[in-house]
Amino acid sequence: MNYIFYFLIVISIIVGAINGKLNDVVNSILIGAELSVKVAFSLIGIMAFWLGMMKIADKCGLIVFISKIIKPITKRLFNEIPENSPAIGDIAMSFSANAFGLANAATPIGIKAMEELQKNNIDKTSASNAMCMFLAMSTAGFQLVPATVIAVLIGIGYKNPTEIIAPTLLVTSITFLSAIIMARIFQKFWKPQFPNKEDK
Amino acid sequence: MFQLIMNIISLWALPAIIIIILTLGLGRKVPLYETFTDGAKDGFKVAINIIPYLVAIIIGISMFRASGIIEMLARSLNPILAHFNIPADTIPIMFVRSLSGSAALGVFSDIAHNLGPNEYATKVAAVMVGSSETTFYVLAVYFGAVGISKLRYALIVGLLADLIGIVAAVSVCNLMF
Repeated sequence: MNYIFYFLIVISIIVGAINGKLNDVVNSILIGAELSVKVAFSLIGIMAFWLGMMKIADKCGLIVFISKIIKPITKRLFNEIPENSPAIGDIAMSFSANAFGLANAATPIGIKAMEELQKNNIDKTSASNAMCMFLAMSTAGFQLVPATVIAVLIGIGYKNPTEIIAPTLLVTSITFLSAIIMARIFQKFWKPQFPNKEDK
Repeated sequence: MFQLIMNIISLWALPAIIIIILTLGLGRKVPLYETFTDGAKDGFKVAINIIPYLVAIIIGISMFRASGIIEMLARSLNPILAHFNIPADTIPIMFVRSLSGSAALGVFSDIAHNLGPNEYATKVAAVMVGSSETTFYVLAVYFGAVGISKLRYALIVGLLADLIGIVAAVSVCNLMF
């Protein structure tokens, strides 16, 4: 992350200077800062709502029930997570929310899943294999219907906007599967985590 | 038919989940109101926790976009990509879609409005945007919420998957349209 952070900012300033856009680059610091707080604050309400809902789902046994149904799949994908961990149910809920294009439900539930995964993490500052797998699944963005894209297409008078669904679904499935496979491969070859002493 | 089913699912997915959760909770004698508010308490905490991570990532990304580097890359890649029948207009989307979801949608609307509905590039762009998720944003929010700063291979996998998504989008469009 240190290199990415450095690269993003220093390269932007240098390239901005070359392009004569240094002013824009500097202004974008302020814009970005405002935007990030706006994003975080806009999450508070919907976050609270879904965390509340998920707490009820947890208490009435729904999360455990979902975990049991998808156990055969998750056992392979998240082999380091205890079988009865609530993380599995949360991951399933977050994935379904993503698939149905419910982004504002997927993010809070995804964060809750991350928190559950963190409980099983041996080094609290670095990402566990299970977290990397969950992130790979989430960033691949599996979605059944690209609703916003279709809305734009309808807006420009596209005759048959739903013809975009099939290719999109195919592409998103390819991306999703390859993300899972790659996470699995990297898990094998990447340097394993070590327990962090500060956590104890 | 497929579209009708999809529309019904998108419309009813949320309400159905909410009804199921609440009804099950009531049936199992869970104190709904107390449990809800107890869980909701954490909403504020989580949102505040992710601010430092969001600030770092979003400022980095907005500086990157303001610098004009994406246009530069697009220009230099154009001759190579034209070789594979990839429309030049879709190049900015390839870079933007991992960085910012709203920006990717913005670029896409731009392309769609400028080129019109019948252009091949519009279709490729639609598939590219529709099949992507903002890797950097998800990374910052999900890892930020639990305070993880060492990403290990998470970003590499995310970006490789994005790359595969672009290749897949171009190939599928080539075959279908």
